[in-house]
Amino acid sequence: MDVFLQTLVAGILKGGLYALIGIGMTLIMGVMGIINLAHGQLMMVAMYITYVLHLAGVDPYISLFVAMPALFLLGCLIQRFLLNPLLKVDTILPENQVLMTVGIGMVLTEIIRFIFKSDYKSVSTGYSNATFFLGNISFSIALGISFIIAIAFTVAMFFFLIKTDIGRSIRATAQDKDAAVLMGVNTGRITIITFGLGSGLVAAAGCLLAPVYYVFPDIGGPFTARAFIITILGGLGSTVGAIFGGVTLGLAESFGATYISMDYENIIGMTIFVLVLLFLPGGFKRLTKI
Amino acid sequence: MLKVDAIDVFYGDLQVLWGSSFEVREKEIVVLVGANGAGKSTTLKTISGLLRPKAGTIVFDGVRLDRLPADRIIGHGVVHVPEARRLFREMSVEENMVMGSLAPEARKKRRETLAWVYELFPRMKERRKQAAGTLSGGEQQMCAIGRGLMALPRLLMFDEPSLGLAPILVEDVFNIVKRINKEGVTVLLVEQNVRQTLALCDRAYVLENGSVVLQGTGKELLADPHVKEAYLGL
Repeated sequence: MDVFLQTLVAGILKGGLYALIGIGMTLIMGVMGIINLAHGQLMMVAMYITYVLHLAGVDPYISLFVAMPALFLLGCLIQRFLLNPLLKVDTILPENQVLMTVGIGMVLTEIIRFIFKSDYKSVSTGYSNATFFLGNISFSIALGISFIIAIAFTVAMFFFLIKTDIGRSIRATAQDKDAAVLMGVNTGRITIITFGLGSGLVAAAGCLLAPVYYVFPDIGGPFTARAFIITILGGLGSTVGAIFGGVTLGLAESFGATYISMDYENIIGMTIFVLVLLFLPGGFKRLTKI
Repeated sequence: MLKVDAIDVFYGDLQVLWGSSFEVREKEIVVLVGANGAGKSTTLKTISGLLRPKAGTIVFDGVRLDRLPADRIIGHGVVHVPEARRLFREMSVEENMVMGSLAPEARKKRRETLAWVYELFPRMKERRKQAAGTLSGGEQQMCAIGRGLMALPRLLMFDEPSLGLAPILVEDVFNIVKRINKEGVTVLLVEQNVRQTLALCDRAYVLENGSVVLQGTGKELLADPHVKEAYLGL
């Protein structure tokens, strides 16, 4: 029973971070209608920012406030100068923007590899391996703090999307682009802000993961895959769904690691992905109607 | 107030409007009538900037609308209530209303305008928390008109507001149009419902194959032999 609860807690904590990754991807998906296949790579960049600041003695939770704005800016620039110009090009491939994100992901990975080499780095802090006990269940302090911060960002994001004009414009653009233009929404600017926000959120996830994970250039790929799985699980473009998707993936990986084998962590996620595509093609959105 | 002068509009290589010209004067209700594919919706989309004319000009109160980006046009008081409502389906009625008031002027008066729109459409106040996509057809049309009014329009353009509504609701919609006009808003209406709209308008233009072929007051056109034969089935 203790093992079960332990696994459950670990899964939920991890799920909170995954939700953060998923919401960013989902926002971009909703507004631009594309899957951002550089999502994990953007997170990797944020992790390296955390690593460099860590070398300078800055705590990862503080470097959040550097990495997030930096990635927000990077995201805005990518959308403005690399993705939006593609909209003006007539081609037979409507997936141009998606292909571009693949390329951006590769470039980011190789630039980081060029600077830092392929070595595994770690951002170990005093609390990286610290735990506290509640009954017989141990909590990783680092993951616990990360979870709380992740929830705070998620709540802030929802508040932003529901209560502000820019937030509403983002949702409106996702629901009906032409109608949004008629209402005076500058949809070009909205896509730029959205990509920036998505990048900023995944940067937060990167900073929060850094203390409990290894940092290396190729870490982006698996996280892009996770972000993709979470987005599909949640139903494309649904932010609430992305939270469910994130927690589900976190739980699935956690239980898989405990009850099957540590080595199968990634296979579990992919298995769930395939099962959802087969039996619940709309994702959790179909169940919740949100 | 609005002067559309000899505009040519294309969808890709296909020309839809051929030098079509008309004007709307302050406080008028002007109707564009015509069959499916005559270019009525295209005309409105061009005025609101979703489409660009290849030739010709659109001037509203001295401002060249055809040179403005689409999202800036609503700020000049030219508001388009699009065909098939085009509400933000997953947002509540109230959020849809708020989306109508993004321009700085409208934003400042958001609260008062909302109270006025709710007074005009009490049903919308009852449903304000409901997702717009779950409203009935008539309610959706009210929501779309309300959203347009939130922008404090000086010229309100309706694209087929009676489309898909039961006859009794069509009557309601036209009464609303008249009422809005009485409040001082100039109206440009596009309709296939020729008989009713010609009866309520000040002036009308008949569009055929992308050009204006006839114009006159509603009464004149109702009596016109060509209109009678082609649109009224007499």
